[in-house]
Amino acid sequence: MRSHVGQYPGLRIWAALFFVFLYAPMVVLISYSFNTNKLAMIWGGFSVRWYEKLFTTGGIADAAFNSLVVAVIATTVAVVIAIAAALVLVRQRPFGGAGISTALISMPLIVPEIVTAVATLMFFVIAKAAIGFDFGIGNIVLAHIVFCIPFAFMPIRARLSDMDGTMEQAARDLYATPWQAFRYVTLPILMPGVIAGAMLSFVISLDDFIITQMISGPGTTTLPVYIYSMIRNGITPEVNAASTILIAASTVLVTIYWYVSRPNAK
Amino acid sequence: MKPAVEAKSVSKIYETAGHAPVKALDNVSLAIAENEFFTLLGPSGCGKTTLLRLIAGFEFPNGGHILLQGQDIAHLPPDKRPVNTVFQHYALFPHMTVAQNVAFGLRMLKRPQAEIGDSVRQALALVKMEAYGARRPSQLSGGQQQRVAFARAIAPHPKVLLLDEPLSALDLKLRQAMRLELKRLQRETGITFIFVTHDQEEALTMSDRIAVMSAGHVQQVGEPLAIYESPVNRFVADFIGDSNFLDGAVVKTAKGGALIKVAPNFLIETSAAGAAKGDKVSLALRPEKITLAQPVKGLPRGVVREAVYIGNSTTYMVEIDGGIGVTVRESNSLSGQSHFAVGDRVGVVVEAGAARLLAG
Repeated sequence: MRSHVGQYPGLRIWAALFFVFLYAPMVVLISYSFNTNKLAMIWGGFSVRWYEKLFTTGGIADAAFNSLVVAVIATTVAVVIAIAAALVLVRQRPFGGAGISTALISMPLIVPEIVTAVATLMFFVIAKAAIGFDFGIGNIVLAHIVFCIPFAFMPIRARLSDMDGTMEQAARDLYATPWQAFRYVTLPILMPGVIAGAMLSFVISLDDFIITQMISGPGTTTLPVYIYSMIRNGITPEVNAASTILIAASTVLVTIYWYVSRPNAK
Repeated sequence: MKPAVEAKSVSKIYETAGHAPVKALDNVSLAIAENEFFTLLGPSGCGKTTLLRLIAGFEFPNGGHILLQGQDIAHLPPDKRPVNTVFQHYALFPHMTVAQNVAFGLRMLKRPQAEIGDSVRQALALVKMEAYGARRPSQLSGGQQQRVAFARAIAPHPKVLLLDEPLSALDLKLRQAMRLELKRLQRETGITFIFVTHDQEEALTMSDRIAVMSAGHVQQVGEPLAIYESPVNRFVADFIGDSNFLDGAVVKTAKGGALIKVAPNFLIETSAAGAAKGDKVSLALRPEKITLAQPVKGLPRGVVREAVYIGNSTTYMVEIDGGIGVTVRESNSLSGQSHFAVGDRVGVVVEAGAARLLAG
């Protein structure tokens, strides 16, 4: 009798193949971003010249800056909205629309992104035609806020549900106003959830391509959109370098997310 | 002198969509004196916790007034009431140290830093937790957390301290020790305590006065002795300690007394309390107020149906001739005392004046 899936023969090989298939392309990409040789297939020695070139050619730096600005603003606003939503849905007395509200907030997680992208594009096109609504990069920030909310909401709501509601009562009992109770008791206890939600939102915003591609115009290019436009001229070492930077940023943030959202995180 | 806390015709109704509204408190009036250790006692759902939450300000009444030293506080938010609470599960702030927890109320009241430091030290000294100021609540045992919760609640010197079943999460030995401790703390601080519990022993050992509650009503208010010895109705007699409930008819009344017949050969004397001859009445009789004797003539007699030895006492179920059953508890404090076995014929002796005529 084999009682454990790990005891079947050949599992190691399959597992190894899985990881190779998943990560080998990325390892190759990262390696070639440090390749001196212009031709991707020939190793010419280690160098950071593509990174230098990347940051001196302009375009990419602007795109990276745009990405950063969009991600910071979208994350901040999405987290604030998510905290407010979680407080209403978890802390208030149950009300009629609570279930449907939670479902609606989480819905963007399961709606195909291309659908959201097309819908968002239509929204901006109609809004511009009807009332001249067009904020350039502001449009991208708005779109990002909207799809970041569910990612910020989930860990914050989970943390709040785990938190003993009498904490806030104890604070109010000890002469804290509703705001002070939130500021000194609820928010600090909620912090791991808030950080996790923020990291997740930030990564999602930073990596988003489909929605951003639809609505970005001249001067509002983000990093993923910029990389995509570079690929049209073939995979250059600069593309490798730009992708590597994106991988590094995402990895750092997801690691932080994982670290703070561990069970028993204090 | 004005009472510390007064509830005047307080009602609280909970409405939940799709359910009939629940009357948690129905026209409750109570007066709690300064420096009193006052206990709200009753089974779960009797309204005792609701009343406490109304005094704390976590809920607001649908009708009536709640006065704190004569001032109506019924609709003030909790942070505007000089009243603090010790919560059932302590509700210590996990992200703060013990000292920060205790300082919280004073900080919110914007007291000067030096005063906060002094008050925190005093409060921690009072509960013998001075050495633990720098710890986190998660590093403390249940009993220690309980002490910190208490220190946190008294540090701002509230006029009234509310305690919501604070001992229920502790194990038995610790709970018994904490009873004496709480009583000491109440004496030393001179603060009015309002203590909520469903544990009658807790209520009897600590309280100056007890309000027994049931179904949103106050059934009886009195000192522990009065509550135990003179329950006014069947609920109180049943909830506090054990009671035999005997139905009978008044056969004779004399000044200040009545004779009640509960079985053909079993007559019990009680205080009259307005009963007239022929009335059907109910009596409550504590098992320890009955003793067993040899089945001599003149005594109500019966048969022992069960005998349960419980160390310091023995409980007998006796079937009196004529059908009714009574529970008898005999203390085992005297050596050489006679014991009875199942099937023995016995006579029963009721202590004079021990039976209570029940209203309702």
